[in-house]
Amino acid sequence: MSSPATLRKTAAVTVAAKPILELRDVKISYITRAGRIDVVPALSFSLAKGEALGLVGESGCGKSTVAYAIMKYLGGAGRITNGQILFNGQDMASMSEDQLRQIRGSKLAMVYQDPMSSLNPTMRIGRQLEEVPMLHMKVGREEARQRAIRFLGEVNLPDPELIMERYPHQLSGGQQQRVVIAMALMAEPDLLVMDEPTTGLDVTVEAAVLDLVAQLRHKHDTAIIFISHNLGTVLRVCDRVGVMYFGELVEEGPIKEVFANPRHPYTRGLLDSIPTMGADKHSRRLSPIAGQVPSALARPVGCGFASRCSFCEPATCTTVPIPTIAIPGEARHQAKCVRLSELPPHRRFQVVPGEATAEIAKSGETVLGIDHLYKIYRPSGTIFDSKPAEVRALTDIELSAERGRTLAIVGESGCGKSSLAKVLTGIEVATQGKVKLIDWEIGHVPVEKRNQAQKKSIQMVFQNPDSTLNPSHTVGFAIRRALQRLRGISASQAKTQAAELLRLVNLPMEFVNRRPRQLSGGQKQRVAIARALAGDPALIIADEPVSALDVSVQAAIINLLIDLQDKRDATLVFISHDLSVVRFLADHVAVMYLGRVVEYGTVEQVYAPPYHPYTEALLSAAPVAEVGKERERIILEGTIPSATKQIPGCPFASRCPRKIGSICDDQPPPEHVTQQGHRIACHIPLGDLAKLNTRAAE
Amino acid sequence: MAQAEQALKVKSSGRFWRRLKLLTESPIGVAGAMLVLFWVFVAIFAPWLAPYDPNANNYEALADPLPNDMFLLGTDNQGRDILSRIIWGSRTVLIVAPVATFCAYVVGCILGLLSGYYRGWVDSVISRLADILLSFPAIVLYILIIMRLGPSAINVIVAVIFVASPQIIRIVRGITLEQRELDYVTAAKMRGESAIYIMLVEILPNTRGPLIVDSCLRMGYTTIQIGVLGFLGLGLPPPDPDWGGMVQETYSMMSTWPHMSLYPAIAISSLVVGFSLLADGLREISLRD
Amino acid sequence: MGAFAARRLAALIITMMVVSMLIFAAFEWTPGQVASKMLGPFATPEQVELLTEQMGLNRPAPVRYIEWVGNVLKGDLGYSTYFKTDVNNIIWDRLGNTLLLASIAFAIIVPCSIIFGVAAGMREGSKLDRTISVLSIVTTSVPEFASGVFLATIFVIILEWLPGASTLESGGDWSIASQLVLPVAVMVLFDLGYVVRMVRAAMVDVMMKPYIRTAVLKGLGFRKVVLGHALRNAMVVSLTVILLQINYLVAGVVVVETIFAYPGFGHMILESALSKDTATVEAATLIIVLIVVITQIAGDLGYMWLNPRIRFK
Repeated sequence: MSSPATLRKTAAVTVAAKPILELRDVKISYITRAGRIDVVPALSFSLAKGEALGLVGESGCGKSTVAYAIMKYLGGAGRITNGQILFNGQDMASMSEDQLRQIRGSKLAMVYQDPMSSLNPTMRIGRQLEEVPMLHMKVGREEARQRAIRFLGEVNLPDPELIMERYPHQLSGGQQQRVVIAMALMAEPDLLVMDEPTTGLDVTVEAAVLDLVAQLRHKHDTAIIFISHNLGTVLRVCDRVGVMYFGELVEEGPIKEVFANPRHPYTRGLLDSIPTMGADKHSRRLSPIAGQVPSALARPVGCGFASRCSFCEPATCTTVPIPTIAIPGEARHQAKCVRLSELPPHRRFQVVPGEATAEIAKSGETVLGIDHLYKIYRPSGTIFDSKPAEVRALTDIELSAERGRTLAIVGESGCGKSSLAKVLTGIEVATQGKVKLIDWEIGHVPVEKRNQAQKKSIQMVFQNPDSTLNPSHTVGFAIRRALQRLRGISASQAKTQAAELLRLVNLPMEFVNRRPRQLSGGQKQRVAIARALAGDPALIIADEPVSALDVSVQAAIINLLIDLQDKRDATLVFISHDLSVVRFLADHVAVMYLGRVVEYGTVEQVYAPPYHPYTEALLSAAPVAEVGKERERIILEGTIPSATKQIPGCPFASRCPRKIGSICDDQPPPEHVTQQGHRIACHIPLGDLAKLNTRAAE
Repeated sequence: MAQAEQALKVKSSGRFWRRLKLLTESPIGVAGAMLVLFWVFVAIFAPWLAPYDPNANNYEALADPLPNDMFLLGTDNQGRDILSRIIWGSRTVLIVAPVATFCAYVVGCILGLLSGYYRGWVDSVISRLADILLSFPAIVLYILIIMRLGPSAINVIVAVIFVASPQIIRIVRGITLEQRELDYVTAAKMRGESAIYIMLVEILPNTRGPLIVDSCLRMGYTTIQIGVLGFLGLGLPPPDPDWGGMVQETYSMMSTWPHMSLYPAIAISSLVVGFSLLADGLREISLRD
Repeated sequence: MGAFAARRLAALIITMMVVSMLIFAAFEWTPGQVASKMLGPFATPEQVELLTEQMGLNRPAPVRYIEWVGNVLKGDLGYSTYFKTDVNNIIWDRLGNTLLLASIAFAIIVPCSIIFGVAAGMREGSKLDRTISVLSIVTTSVPEFASGVFLATIFVIILEWLPGASTLESGGDWSIASQLVLPVAVMVLFDLGYVVRMVRAAMVDVMMKPYIRTAVLKGLGFRKVVLGHALRNAMVVSLTVILLQINYLVAGVVVVETIFAYPGFGHMILESALSKDTATVEAATLIIVLIVVITQIAGDLGYMWLNPRIRFK
């Protein structure tokens, strides 16, 4: 496992002059009933052999459109209306269908966002892989099979021969994506286009896939276009980065230079809206980018970013087309901004004063107390299968949250964080143990049986902005109804209060009459927050409330949550997989694995050694968009064991890189508790853990 | 605030017009709508459009029932004017089919919502019953029900409910199972809404997309079935005109006087084709929206 | 698979039990019902009572139900008051005739629906798709008795190519084969369009799936994409619909058989129902439902076989 940093140096030497791919003034349009939409007005860049270019930007800025334009696969409505795409020097527009088929899958391959749906569900993995060499290398079935097995080995899949016989649904998400990568690499392509290849994968799985891509691209000397909304993942794989906004490449250059010294205001905005590791809500607020990507139906003459840019000077920025300007003194670094030379130098970690920066004294008042909580799902038996396996979703959870504070719950999918939310909200009831909300025991009370005061005291903000609001109801209806139910006020009172709530979440008054499909993701989440606040709850449970949003919008929602919490003194249980957001927002953190809390403490305690080995792996895997802050990655082997298995020992033992022996498998780990209340459940003593952690960091 | 209300009204009527405008972009949908509207028009103005009393026997015409200047579509085996019978027959089918379909929807939606929302034994009972009804071929079920209850308009409606509602239950149940897991339903539960409120106000409105298309198709299907019942002699009792019955009464004379069966057959086919084309147009729009 | 088959078998038995109860409850629950129906509307109450007594119909309903079920299981389907013979003597011939009609129609519908459905669905919105779609909408919208009238007008009256009645009597002017043409044509016309649209919808859905994009961007030709990747997935969804057509073909033929005076099962159900021949109707209904339920099980098994997601859980 060699670090990508060293690999990148060797890459710099091998970069050849002849470009594999060149885009010249490419204009991509969609023909719709509303007219022609120029999604990408004029895009130019080139990619040399073996080079990796990252394309980043918010959703809707045209990244994926560019990827599919390169594959010449834009669907019925998409057209390349101007310019040229040259692949190996040949204009793709002049290629016949036959020529196109010959290079697709052989010279030019793609890896897709959602690996599960990218694989044919009714075909064995083997067949799907064999097709590639049989088609492009004209080899027989047996030879193709051997090649497929070899490539499955190359993407580090254990037992390739077994995988060949499997169907896609029998593999985990990470394994599926490795299969797709193997499929793409089998004909040794010159260019690999990767469209959000790790989105939707767990952090530790993502880290492993990224490392694999970084390794393989050097081994096969493949050029890569890597599309991602996550700046941290791009930094791990790419040499260069292009920042896209509104269909244009607003900044492009060597990735380290761009991230360390961003020039374009949009690049700066993107970087500033990400919480950096080490920053927290007491020192600063995040700086979101105001507004949203405008409609491509009416493309302005000047700078596309002008309407959202804080440096914009209408006279110079919006009257003439903006040229791309090379940055003096930096090779191959350019930006599309006329005021480039007038901009102040960028300081990444400047402190934006928040409304409440002072540390509030410990309130000490416990709003939520969870005591030895178990949740076991027992599927009801049928006549033929009387004893289906039970699922242990939560095992012996012990946590508490104080008034006005944030308790973050971190873990990957399947760790039990959503089950915990369901028990707290009363959608499910506990199997064993207690949940105390203020003065009430609510762990065994389903939401239908909770009294008015209890319902009022606990509300939730959900992950998916598209399902959080009823598509049939207006925003105003949703908020008014919540007010009437939770506060028991009249319809006319509800109207005025709904207006107030909208103002509180920074939405304009007109929104009362909008329906969810007229809102953006961030706006929907604001409405959802307003609705949750209707009853002025003591406890808000936020289940991944920003994970479906763009970073710039994410920042605004996080700021909103912090401000509201300060104003209302509400307790927040913040469920997330994003460690940098948690670091920024939380007061206390619980790390969960397979239904158990493996580490708990204040945010300072959890984010500093000694770590639980799982926390350590998570932290090392989290993508960081800061040059020089990359850590040595700890790659977790295997997948999370099934929750139906009875595990006598430590739940993490099967994947733990710091496993000390059979004791980990056989005996439940002791919970070490420090005097400050930091808890770690591990067989390794705390002192030894701290030593191991610091050694790894060096 | 009054202004906002006003805006809301404009908005919702705007939605309606927008959809209507969308429909006009689908030639198939427009053709279907025209056919259906034509028959609706005929049914409404039947008393003014029909040249004769549909049940009046003209014995002179029996000798030469072929179409002529007096009887544009000819006369039937009892000397009745076929055009007038077709015009009045449109009333029967355009009242019975929508009423029956609507009733089947009411039953289907209620049971489908209950089944999908409560799951467990409620679902088992409702779904089992629906499955059992579905394991009778539709036409056999019709024959059994009419045989048991006797032929009449009300019984035809009852039969349609038994035949159509199990399928509607399945559709609504499926959508409900999906919707009940969505976060907005959880949010409603957390603010203490009753189950009835959640089913009717939160979930039911979101079933309308698939149900609008389905109801249009089903209306055509019900029309066919009412015609078939008439053709089999299980429909409305004579002498009131009913398209299926008209074919039944004259079918044995096909070899000599094909026009007696041909015109009512054309009438019912055009109405059903209208419903089906309209449904297809609506489906196309719902995909675009 | 084994557990599934066992579960379905249990469901089949339960369904058949409930169905038999429903039928019994509908037609034989009230003691006087059977007798008065047998005697007709002009019978006096005394006559009804006498017959009821003679037939043992005044015993409790559950007892009579169990007796009836017992008889059916023994193969005794009762006496047909309409055909004036044991139900067994009439019902199997009729079923055979209908199966002949149904299997010919099914043999035409399956390949045609797959070919047309796939051809229409593989390129949504193409001219071919629109033509096939509109044609199938129109043909399924014409009731069978109407298309019977249309076809008879053309082929029997105007062209005189085919017979107007299909009584399956040989030795006349028309061969058995020529008698089958119009009934089969009406059934195919009415049913084919529906199945084509279902297959087309499944195909359209599959063609928009990301794995089809994967196949295209692998460099596979369109033919290979459609036949190698899309077809099987489209069939997973369509199979159930296709098999369900057997029900229509076996029972829905009532109309077709009535139009062409075809001596089939459906026509028999109608005749016996119109003349209140309870025993024949009951037996026929039980047989029909049994066929339907068995087809459903076959459909489910086929679905499992085609869909590895269920086969390899």
